[in-house]
Amino acid sequence: MSVDTVKHPEPAATATPELIRLENVTKRFGGHTVLDGLDFSVAAGKHVTLIGPSGSGKTTILRLLMTLTTPDEGTITVDGDQLFPAPEKQVREIRKKIGMVFQHFNLFPNMTVLRNITEAPVTVLGLPKDEAEARARELLDLVGLADKAGARPSQLSGGQQQRVAIARALAMRPQVLLLDEVTSALDPELVAGVLDVLRDIARSTKITMLCVTHEMGFARDISDQVLMFDAGRVVESGPPEKIFGEPEQERTRQFLSAVL
Amino acid sequence: MTWDWGAVRAFLPHFWDGLLVTLEALALGSVISFVLGLVWTLLMRAPTRWVRWPVGAVTEFVRNTPLLVQLFFLFYVLPERGLTFSALTTGVFAIGLHYSTYTMQVYRAGIEAVPAGQWEAALALNLPRRRTWTAVILPQAIRRVVPALGNYVISMLKDTPMLMAITVLEMLGRARLFSQQHFQFTEPLTVIGVAFILVSYLASLLLRALERRLVR
Repeated sequence: MSVDTVKHPEPAATATPELIRLENVTKRFGGHTVLDGLDFSVAAGKHVTLIGPSGSGKTTILRLLMTLTTPDEGTITVDGDQLFPAPEKQVREIRKKIGMVFQHFNLFPNMTVLRNITEAPVTVLGLPKDEAEARARELLDLVGLADKAGARPSQLSGGQQQRVAIARALAMRPQVLLLDEVTSALDPELVAGVLDVLRDIARSTKITMLCVTHEMGFARDISDQVLMFDAGRVVESGPPEKIFGEPEQERTRQFLSAVL
Repeated sequence: MTWDWGAVRAFLPHFWDGLLVTLEALALGSVISFVLGLVWTLLMRAPTRWVRWPVGAVTEFVRNTPLLVQLFFLFYVLPERGLTFSALTTGVFAIGLHYSTYTMQVYRAGIEAVPAGQWEAALALNLPRRRTWTAVILPQAIRRVVPALGNYVISMLKDTPMLMAITVLEMLGRARLFSQQHFQFTEPLTVIGVAFILVSYLASLLLRALERRLVR
């Protein structure tokens, strides 16, 4: 073991740079307020899990960060750059830092697995094709699908498709990985494979993760911080031992006893 | 009424000429309608209504006026403005233009049928807008609409006899000419009737092969 890999003591939490910051973010759909003056921030390298009942606004946060929707009020900054409003060029730069994995995979069915992964690195990052393919094959190996490079998404199981989607997001070398209920659409026996891959990534990389999930065991395993949502607000937040072990709020206890 | 194989034999050389013209009109008309229809569809999605509005008005007008009237208009009115094309060129263009106003609707439906998740994935990967269209949306939209486009090809085939009205001698034109000269109607009309069925059958086979190739 070289000197470089000797563990340094963890810096104090306040010293870690904030990568994502939401301030007073409000989002309404029609008359329904999905996010209600939300404030929170995520430090670089941390794994933050959002839990809470359906419709409590968790997914909307990820969609805001990915610029798939816009806030009605409030500011969102990523790595110090404001996202709304921002010139198109800046939005593109910010998006490069963020990768997203969707509930329904959203692989491109007209492309092979390999091209799903190389498409954006080649056309967006300008990577040479052979380099992009080499990296894609490494990532396929990482998600356990090295032999599926030439397959079409339709030939894969849901769990395999989701693992390809994870590889596709990682191929862009994002700083943040947004995981939007990535196992909710899977058959129960396929869930573990996908979660194992994500545990692996959480453990072996420095990537920041923002994760919406109903898999409480997984949340407990990977999270540095868990945010409990209800009705567009954060009810309670803290390390997983606290949220799952001794939650302070009645709403959190209710929710956990219903899902666990 | 008796069937005269001699008349069939006498008609055949004329028939081949007519068949060639019909196939030419069908093939070129299809290509024009496929390309132009896609152009209309994309223009109808332009951000400014100064594009959408005129394109909508023109295509609505073309779709709701008879092809025959358009043929006459292009054939007799354009030369007055100094634009002269051969009858076949005019006819092919008229058919292509007319059907492009139908194919544009097919394309639109195909594009709208691509799930929102595909747009979102493309955006999340930061793909440029143009690339999103050419690499993700259109390939999926087009493979969905091949069967519907195929129906319009068959429909176009059945409209090619209208070209007779602007002096193009396609199959029906040849049959009519032959009939008037020889006073034999049954044989040439039967021959071209069978030919229409065969051509539309072959066209549908071709389209199905194309569909299979695309939908993998």
